[in-house]
Amino acid sequence: MIEMLNVYKKYPNGITAANGLSVRIEQGEFVYVVGPSGAGKSTFIKMIYREERASKGTIKVGDFDLITMRDKQVPYLRRHVGVVFQDYKLLPRLTVYENIAYAMEVVEKNPRMIKKRVLEVLDLVGLKHKVRMFPTELSGGEQQRISIARAIVNMPRVLIADEPTGNLDPDTSWEIMNILDEINRQGTTIVMATHNSQIVNVMKHRVLAVENGRIVRDELGGDYGYEG
Amino acid sequence: MKARTMKRHLLDSFKSMKRNGWMTLAAVSAVTVTLLLVGIFLTLLLNMNKLATDVEKDVRVNVYIEKVATEDQKKALKKVLEQMDEVDHVELKTRDEELDDLVGSYGSNFSMFQGDDNPLYDKYVVSAKEPTDTAKIAKEAEDLENVTDVSYGKLTVDKLFKTLNTVRNIGLVITIALLLLAMFLISNTIRITILSRSTEIEIMKLVGATNGFIRWPFLLEGAWIGMFGALIPIAILTGVYLPIYSKFNSALTTASFSLLSPSPFLYQIGGVMLAIGMIIGALGSILSMRRFLKN
Repeated sequence: MIEMLNVYKKYPNGITAANGLSVRIEQGEFVYVVGPSGAGKSTFIKMIYREERASKGTIKVGDFDLITMRDKQVPYLRRHVGVVFQDYKLLPRLTVYENIAYAMEVVEKNPRMIKKRVLEVLDLVGLKHKVRMFPTELSGGEQQRISIARAIVNMPRVLIADEPTGNLDPDTSWEIMNILDEINRQGTTIVMATHNSQIVNVMKHRVLAVENGRIVRDELGGDYGYEG
Repeated sequence: MKARTMKRHLLDSFKSMKRNGWMTLAAVSAVTVTLLLVGIFLTLLLNMNKLATDVEKDVRVNVYIEKVATEDQKKALKKVLEQMDEVDHVELKTRDEELDDLVGSYGSNFSMFQGDDNPLYDKYVVSAKEPTDTAKIAKEAEDLENVTDVSYGKLTVDKLFKTLNTVRNIGLVITIALLLLAMFLISNTIRITILSRSTEIEIMKLVGATNGFIRWPFLLEGAWIGMFGALIPIAILTGVYLPIYSKFNSALTTASFSLLSPSPFLYQIGGVMLAIGMIIGALGSILSMRRFLKN
């Protein structure tokens, strides 16, 4: 599903965020990406949905070759890769319903189908009753659930989550994890960058530890492995 | 693009304007003020130009006829004058009529010249098709038979044409400058509303919207802002121009000048202002988003 081979990323300011990354993630896997701040986790994650472009190497996501791909193709990649962020990134002027529907309008689905599917994913994240509210009227956990709903509404094969529980209290974090776990069980590949050791240690999945732009540990059912 | 998607963009642009409330209002007001200025200046300039043209048209050549000329000779002269390419029409003014005019303007002292004592000549008043041909007509008329003298106020007319041309050129420069200013102001206002929404654009890209898909609602929104911004100045201009026209035009018409008639003029200037508002609004919006759409 996701394949990286000898990937290098050097920023114009001279910082090397990927220093020969190679990894293979199969369809349906759940992968944690851990590591100290500034180790290259974010860059690793961002390269998967082409927010960052690798300087050298091979990156393949599904049928997309992210190195040779032209900028014009990026939107089409993103329709297959759902992304969830620490700060939710919901459109503030759209209601819950409209935020989720937007991702489907973009692919020009017909309105009836949009309505059906949006209510379906809202049901999945348990927020069907907040459909008319605006993001600012929701709690952090609720906003994150909406952002997950938006990320999966087009049934992507990969869901990228960049510190999805970073701004949430422990209880809410577990709610979010349960939703992600459910999505994974339905067959979606999940790649999640996190600092939350408790989650990694309790909800066991494959762990990729990134340090200095390299994968230093790749362990199925591994521990978080850092302090704190 | 599917018609459904276009409809979506349309609805989206209206929704966005509504939800951006204050920002929309600010942008519309800025456009309103700018276009009001443009409208007022355009109205002034175009009317000035119209009056200038009227003044030019009012310039005529007086061809004085020798007193000894017979009626037939006079008719022949008229025919020759009328057949000149540059001549629009020729009108006879007899010495008696002229004397009456003088008495009318300068008082009854002149009535002592009544009858055979009248020292004035009969004359043909010749109007040119193009005001600038006046001098040419005068020159040709001088050489015709039975013509004793030709006058068209050479110096005054030359000076008048020169002045009017200067006025027109200055007007043109001011108009162009104002239009540029309007473009700058309107596109800048819209730019600010878009800058405040850069995160929105970023999120749209993240969920896989193509640049075209993101652009359309913004383009339409810019056009609507321009349109709404044009409506108030158009209303104000109409409200002010109509009474001014009806008050001054009758006075001017007696002097054979006239303001631009409201019927085509207000529609034309309204159309121009709508077009300026909408085109600059849409363009301003597209141009300001450009850098957010780069990958």
